Amino acid sequence: MTDPTTGDSSRGIDYIAVDESERFQGLRRLQRSFIFPMAAFFLLWYFVYVLLAAFATDFMSQRVWGDITIGLLMGLGQFVTTFVITMAYVSFANRRLDPIAAEIRDELEKAEARS
Amino acid sequence: MTTIPMAAEAVKNDPVLNIAIFGAFVAVTLFIVIRASRNNKTAADYYAAGRSFSGTQNGFAIAGDYLSAASFLGICGAIAINGYDGFLYSIGFLVAWLVALLLVAEMMRNTGKFTMADVLSFRLKQRPVRMAAALTTLAVCFFYLLAQMSGAGGLVSLLLGIDDKLGQSLVIAIVGVLMIVYVLIGGMKGTTWVQIVKAVLLIAGAVAMTVWVLALHGFNLNTLLETAVENSPNGDKILGPGLQYGANPLDFLSLGMALVLGTAGLPHVLMRFYTVPTAKEARKSVVWAIWLIGGFYLLTLVLGYGAGALVGPEAIAAAPGGVNSAAPLLAQALGGSLLMGFISAVAFATILAVVAGLTITAAASFAHDIYANVIKRGQNADPAGEVKVARRTVIVIGILAIIGGIGAQGQNIAFLVALAFAIAASANLPTILYSLFWKRFNTRGAVWSMYGGLIAAIGLIVISPVFSGNEKAMIPGIDIAIFPLNNPGIISIPLGFLLGWIGTVTARTAESRALAAEMEVRSLTGYGAEKAVEH
Repeated sequence: MTDPTTGDSSRGIDYIAVDESERFQGLRRLQRSFIFPMAAFFLLWYFVYVLLAAFATDFMSQRVWGDITIGLLMGLGQFVTTFVITMAYVSFANRRLDPIAAEIRDELEKAEARS
Repeated sequence: MTTIPMAAEAVKNDPVLNIAIFGAFVAVTLFIVIRASRNNKTAADYYAAGRSFSGTQNGFAIAGDYLSAASFLGICGAIAINGYDGFLYSIGFLVAWLVALLLVAEMMRNTGKFTMADVLSFRLKQRPVRMAAALTTLAVCFFYLLAQMSGAGGLVSLLLGIDDKLGQSLVIAIVGVLMIVYVLIGGMKGTTWVQIVKAVLLIAGAVAMTVWVLALHGFNLNTLLETAVENSPNGDKILGPGLQYGANPLDFLSLGMALVLGTAGLPHVLMRFYTVPTAKEARKSVVWAIWLIGGFYLLTLVLGYGAGALVGPEAIAAAPGGVNSAAPLLAQALGGSLLMGFISAVAFATILAVVAGLTITAAASFAHDIYANVIKRGQNADPAGEVKVARRTVIVIGILAIIGGIGAQGQNIAFLVALAFAIAASANLPTILYSLFWKRFNTRGAVWSMYGGLIAAIGLIVISPVFSGNEKAMIPGIDIAIFPLNNPGIISIPLGFLLGWIGTVTARTAESRALAAEMEVRSLTGYGAEKAVEH
């Protein structure tokens, strides 16, 4: 390859074949089936919150008890969902994605060693 | 309430003590930097700390890099004065990390080496894409640097009791020189350690103050809010949104977009992912960063309302340093000049650490992308020569930052940081996401999206009210403000995505299918990613 900074493709691996293999496509589907809906969800929830804060100030300023307002609870809710999504993703990636990725990587490293 | 005498007292402070605490911090970190630099031999050592940091260490360093003066002083001050609207900043800054965690961090780590441009040019034409990515990197770093440097000058007036322009310029120069020394000697390893130390100090200080504030209010958030409402000229308006952005909700939407989409495109944040050995450690570092940053922003909520309750918004606005002085004044009200000295030193350390991180990112991008790959065309690339260029670039950037910081004195820090986020979200994020997730994406799409997003973001700022047309603007004398919003994000971010799509579908040349397949396989499996350097 003319490019020194990206990996050298001279290791004799047919990436197109790996890319099209059933197992790799399965990994790709699995990853995307988690991250895309999750990203859509948190962005939607964030923008609903931002739009309410921008345009529905009276609603957000309503008190729930004492001086705690709906806006404050929804803001804290953003923190909670962020933490929950983080933990859910880590558990999903560790349990479901990592084993398949490691398996494909090991095979590629073996193929490289043979060539 | 006893807030008024307290606040008047608060303006008095002890410059000698502040300087002594700050000096101690510099001495300790310099010692760490020199020790850490012993193993700096290769380019991977200098740019990526030999990829030897653990996910936990890197998580602290990311928090240290991200919790800048704008987050700490700016958000505390905004909450103290405008209440709820200040809190909105923290939410955008935090939720943004989910974009980094889910969509960017691990795949970036698996496909790149030192810079953001490594990933973007992986399967596209090297020179045009690298050049564009390096320019957007430099633009983001420059605006972020200006914000931090001008913040340093502004802080001094409060913390050290220096309020003439010459004294402030001198302090900006000292911060700049210290930063050059850290980065030259320590490289990425030294910079990372400074950020880790700073993150620990900052979080410890914030936790102590939060517990103290809550203890004074019977550990009841509601009592704290009641006191803050009593002391605010705006009364219970501080409990809901609208005080700061009520007049222009579209502007707020624009800012919200820039905040949530900017983080995952910030080059100095992306570069931190290369300091860990694997994608799994990159994931772990983002998780640590999310907990630390999220926890910290929850503390700033208490600190901000606490400053409103114990110091009072009017006293804060009247203090030298204005809004940005809320956190140090709160420290003074709680623990006297010793605590204020500590918090002030932490604030300085914050600026120093963030500035060092930005400088090494900009220097790496210039040396690795522009010098080694565009000018030298990646031919007979000599890593030692590249590091030499990077070191010289550090000095140039340091000098530019000092000059820019002196010129930008008195500018609004939050605006400059929001501009950096808007550029990152418009120029960098579309190309990052397209390259990682859209196989058809090609060189024309990347170049159009990066230059288009960059030009749109900067252009809209130039014709916005923050640049000209009113007394608070950067250039109050002229009036070319035809764009009504302070933040360009709402136009420039969709434009960046749109241009990337149009460029891609109109280009006739197809990119290498093999490279696209290679990038996809490597991004998901981590095969071929650079491992930690053994010493």
